[in-house]
Amino acid sequence: MSDTPKSKDPMAVSRRAMMAGSAAFGAALFAPSNLLAQDYPTSEVNMTGLAVTDDTVTVGILHSVTGTMAISETGSVQAEKLAIAQINEMGGVLGRQIEVIQEDGASDWPTFAEKARKLLVSDKVPAVMGCWTSASRKAVLPVFEQNNGFLYYPTFYEGLEQSPNVIYTGQEATQQIIAGLDWVKETKGANSFYLLGSDYIWPRTSNKIARTHIEQFLGGEVVGEDYYPLGHTQFNSVINKIRLRKPDVIYAIVVGGSNVAFYKQLKAAGIDMSAEDPILLTISVTEDEILGIGGENMEGAYACMKYFQSLDNPNNAAFVTAFKEMWGEDIVIGDVTQAAYLGPWLWKAAVERAGSFDVDKVREAQVGIELDTAPEGYVKVHENHHLWSKTRVGLAKADGQYEVVFETADLVEPNPFPEGYQ
Amino acid sequence: MFSDYSMSELGAIFAMQGFAGLILFSVFVLMALGLAIIFGQMGVINMAHGEFMILGAYVTYFTSIFFADYMPAVFGTYFFVAMILAFLASGTLGLLVEWSIIRHLYKRPLDTLLATWGLSLILQQLYRTAFGAREVGVTIPSWMMGSMPVTDMIEVPINGIFVMVLAVGISMAVYIMMFRSNWGKQVRAINQNRVMAGAVGINTEWTDRLTFGIGCGVAGVAGSAFTMIGSTGPTAGQLYIVDTFLVVVFGGAGSILGTIASAFSISQAQSIMEFFLSGSMAKVLTLLVVVGILMVRPQGLFSLKLRK
Repeated sequence: MSDTPKSKDPMAVSRRAMMAGSAAFGAALFAPSNLLAQDYPTSEVNMTGLAVTDDTVTVGILHSVTGTMAISETGSVQAEKLAIAQINEMGGVLGRQIEVIQEDGASDWPTFAEKARKLLVSDKVPAVMGCWTSASRKAVLPVFEQNNGFLYYPTFYEGLEQSPNVIYTGQEATQQIIAGLDWVKETKGANSFYLLGSDYIWPRTSNKIARTHIEQFLGGEVVGEDYYPLGHTQFNSVINKIRLRKPDVIYAIVVGGSNVAFYKQLKAAGIDMSAEDPILLTISVTEDEILGIGGENMEGAYACMKYFQSLDNPNNAAFVTAFKEMWGEDIVIGDVTQAAYLGPWLWKAAVERAGSFDVDKVREAQVGIELDTAPEGYVKVHENHHLWSKTRVGLAKADGQYEVVFETADLVEPNPFPEGYQ
Repeated sequence: MFSDYSMSELGAIFAMQGFAGLILFSVFVLMALGLAIIFGQMGVINMAHGEFMILGAYVTYFTSIFFADYMPAVFGTYFFVAMILAFLASGTLGLLVEWSIIRHLYKRPLDTLLATWGLSLILQQLYRTAFGAREVGVTIPSWMMGSMPVTDMIEVPINGIFVMVLAVGISMAVYIMMFRSNWGKQVRAINQNRVMAGAVGINTEWTDRLTFGIGCGVAGVAGSAFTMIGSTGPTAGQLYIVDTFLVVVFGGAGSILGTIASAFSISQAQSIMEFFLSGSMAKVLTLLVVVGILMVRPQGLFSLKLRK
């Protein structure tokens, strides 16, 4: 898949660190868990004046914990804090405990930019885990590029971006869309599609990719494409349109409060998703969103993601246990939350490979870093700063969880600038 | 677009589409009635209207949990209890807000806009702190979900019918209170001439407080009903506020009948255009038409004939 060399860690002596909740987690994979700070003098690992002392390093977390986006970003903050706590229990990064400065983007894009500047210029953090919407990422991008900061961005997004100062731990659009469409065509024989979305860049770009793939590669037909303003709460008209066009698949990329309205009204209109007539395939509903929609309203729908809480592997079992231990038994974990969890681990691996916190060295070391303890399974950083990862399809159950019904055999290569699709 | 379909299929689709328009109409009426009382009769621009609705939605959520835990046998009926509780909760909060903030601002109507906007931000953050940032899923009794087959092809959502019945019921209740009760007479008198109303012995302070409380209470009931069709979260109220003001302003402030007429015309226009155009385009056209009409008739569709 790639010829990037396997990461070579200094002092690959492994000693299982005792960790509450997630005992086996990480120790085997992040071999140098017992690096000692004195072997890495601060003057050598920090030549650019970053917030690194002899026994601590300070990173930033920049998400909205107030405002409309708090509903989505809360999970990411929790995942990042869990990862950092686990890394600290294992001995930190280069023998230094991670300290966190958390700033609130307040769902307001200029605030994101201002807080990013504060984190980079006055706090001098070597890495920031943060942002959720594309709008907030676009707002902080010039700040990170000007000040040579390093951002770990967790959300699946529309692609069309690749910055030397950002690592994208979520899927870009082709990774999320193409395998799912292939699956629905092959296993369900779907031929006609109705594309539906909230009216902003991510659904529109994604549907453009979906339409191209359906029409040019699958030989299928798009019988309708519709967008509704963000926050729209009345979907009865579009449901009637869907009835009229009789597509095999409703391909829905509705977000936020609209999501809840759409699925409740779909169910109330007598469209039974379990009967798969039509099939509902979405890329915007994770377990987090189902909390608001209600499992009984979502039952029978399919979602295409890279991670589901129900994934059956030892990494994920340990992750889910640790997450619930830290944040409560009732909590659910969605795709983005898992992607956010990878950020601190990827950064730690890159720092230890580089033997330095300096951003230029970490950037160089980051490409080719592999994680085989990721809850989603093995992932690897591509030279375009996105992750190789699998695409999966889940079937929504009444209890609000997905049952994984399909996963790609191989990792899917990230392709943020898909030729022929844009 | 229609060439491939038989007449009966088209007939069924248009019937369902007509019904979708009626549901939207009922939703608009429910959203706007509370505001029409407050904005229309008192001239208070209540930007926190959406948050009063969401309080009703949260009350519904907690009532559903209470019933599921303690009275699962009668779970199917919790919605009626929830609506009454929602009215009381939002109404009480309304009384408090009127007493603490609004009554000091009657002489400065534009300032009520800022004050209530601030209040809306405070309430959103309070909900977030108290109930969590995530949306909550309200379990709807199963008899209210699903649809009723009218013919082979026409299916009518049951919660749509419920919302329609509720909208008619509340409109009638508001109408009776406004035009057949002493309180309504007093409210209208104050609206026409506050000083004179006070001079003939109407307790204007108490009437104002009650009016504001009732308006907020109606918003709470609307919020409770909307748990069936929309989301319940700290900021969900923001989804409704623009449409609500649109309906009330277009209908003509001060006229309950105007509000209903405006809800009807906006909902029908929007639902028909949504069917033939994309959703965003339908919204743009609806807003353009409303702006155009308001330019010609700034007082809205209906207006009170007052001696100025």
